[in-house]
Amino acid sequence: MGELIVKAEKLTKVYKLSAEEIAAVNNVDLEISSGEFVSIMGPSGSGKTTLLDMVGCLDSITSGQLEILGNDVSKMKESRLVNIRRRKIGFIFQDFSLIPSLTALENIQLTLYFAGIQKKPKESIRLLEKVSLAHRVNHLPKQLSGGEKQRVAIARALATEPKFLLADEPTGHLDIENSQEILSIFKQLNEEGLTIIMATHNQKLGLQAKRIIYLVDGRIVENNK
Amino acid sequence: MNIISIAYKNLKRKKIRSVLTIGGVAIAVAVLVSLMGFDRGYQESLTGNIDKMGYQLLITAKGCPYEAATMMLKGGGGLRYMEKDIYDKIRGDTRIDKVTPQLVSTVYDPDRLDGQGGFVMYMGIIKSYLELKPWVKFKSGQWFTSETAEEVIMGYEAAEVEQRLVGDKIFVPNVNKVLTVIGIFERSGTQDDGIVFLPLKTAQQIFSLPDKLTGVGIKLKNIQEIGSFEEDLYNEPGIQIISMAQVRGTILNLISSAKVMTNSVAVIAIFIAVIGVVNTILMSIFERTREIGVMKAIGASAMDIFRLVWMETILVCSLGGILGSILALSGSGLVEHIIKMVLPYAPSGQLVLIKPGLLFVAFIGAIILGIIAGIYPAWRAASMRPVEAIRTGE
Repeated sequence: MGELIVKAEKLTKVYKLSAEEIAAVNNVDLEISSGEFVSIMGPSGSGKTTLLDMVGCLDSITSGQLEILGNDVSKMKESRLVNIRRRKIGFIFQDFSLIPSLTALENIQLTLYFAGIQKKPKESIRLLEKVSLAHRVNHLPKQLSGGEKQRVAIARALATEPKFLLADEPTGHLDIENSQEILSIFKQLNEEGLTIIMATHNQKLGLQAKRIIYLVDGRIVENNK
Repeated sequence: MNIISIAYKNLKRKKIRSVLTIGGVAIAVAVLVSLMGFDRGYQESLTGNIDKMGYQLLITAKGCPYEAATMMLKGGGGLRYMEKDIYDKIRGDTRIDKVTPQLVSTVYDPDRLDGQGGFVMYMGIIKSYLELKPWVKFKSGQWFTSETAEEVIMGYEAAEVEQRLVGDKIFVPNVNKVLTVIGIFERSGTQDDGIVFLPLKTAQQIFSLPDKLTGVGIKLKNIQEIGSFEEDLYNEPGIQIISMAQVRGTILNLISSAKVMTNSVAVIAIFIAVIGVVNTILMSIFERTREIGVMKAIGASAMDIFRLVWMETILVCSLGGILGSILALSGSGLVEHIIKMVLPYAPSGQLVLIKPGLLFVAFIGAIILGIIAGIYPAWRAASMRPVEAIRTGE
């Protein structure tokens, strides 16, 4: 068993909607170790994204305990959370979220710039080669197909050599062929030792992960290692 | 990869909006530079004009001092005359270095400027006029052949407008007199360029003003004695003494109220430009809410976002500053033309004087403008919570 990446105890997130309180994530206990490839599955509104946001240090916690790589982030300030995000976590979003004014290469370099990491462009190009996009280095996002955009986003997420990848519905905007291709990249990265946590409601893709966590109404109903 | 290039690329995404905002700043900067240039240029021109009159004091017939001031500098209408006795009386004063009498008359010439008509200013002078203005040189020709010769010496511009050369004739309407051009002065850059000079006695005779003068210009040996000299002539009936320093102050006072107005316009222009910049940048960050959230997710700190948005504002204002300076420089001729039409008295010379120092100040001012205008939008962007920013934009 490798290093503990995520350790959650009674993790809860409550949203207040006028008079009503909704627990998007409800008393979740969870441990994810280094080298795992975890699929968080469940229907819409089951709390997948909320759980991922908290694990990604993007959202605050209502109650419970959350440790990321041994750091208690439950009550950590934003100024410290940013250091975890920029150095330890690689994010992949459903809509790719590339910066439209920057080329594929520049999108990768932007991440390095924010992290304060000095790397030669050659190394960023190598990341694009890894996702078979060496020929798209200087293309703007609008000149790329959906699958290509998501592969740039993966290269961007890998730039800072994170401890784990967080992918929120990474194939949500892609066709079957491109979705499978993205999943193949994830599998390959995982085989190289990278921890991957992916939220998806696509059964076919989700079931290809090594471990499935199934959420319903903010609770884990299945945790299949 | 650096923050300036990221900010620049962001601005390029909405080209028309960015160009319009930069244009707004440019116009404000151009207005400011032109007005500051005018302030400097007007004072320098006026001082230059007054210094080039050659005398420190002018004796005129009693009347409105403003009128007298205008008359001295421009030869305006409403001329008053005094007896030439006063010249005879003071010319022997030992405190005086140089003194010269003059008689000014303006004549309407309907044929001037290809039939448009206009006033021609005639000035009767004696040789001491040149002693007071040692820089005046002949372009061609010579001084009058006698004190009563029916001859004229034309100022440079007067000769150009009338298209006269030495030896040509010039017709004086109203008095129906034909005079011969005996000389033409070189350009002096003063009001003298537009005047037609003739011998004092000839002027008195043809304008039917025998023994009359409009003014006596005086240069004292010692400028410190102005006070005592003025005092001695204080009780002299029918005359007044105006010092050039007073004239300068009076004219600058006259235009100071206009300056307050124009400076207010400049301040308003800048205020509007700042609001425009703040509005544009705010609009841009609201549109990019999700993008800002994503940047925070991939590692941007609040300070990174602050610096990025701040840099965009500073870039807009800096580019506006550069463009505004170019606008002011290239449009200074037009501004000068308008000012000369509007102002009651415009000295000759360059009225809008834009020096490199002024452009530098304008550029730094524009950057400071950007720094101030950028604080609020940058703070708004920096304080967005990452998850809310990401989800808001979805």
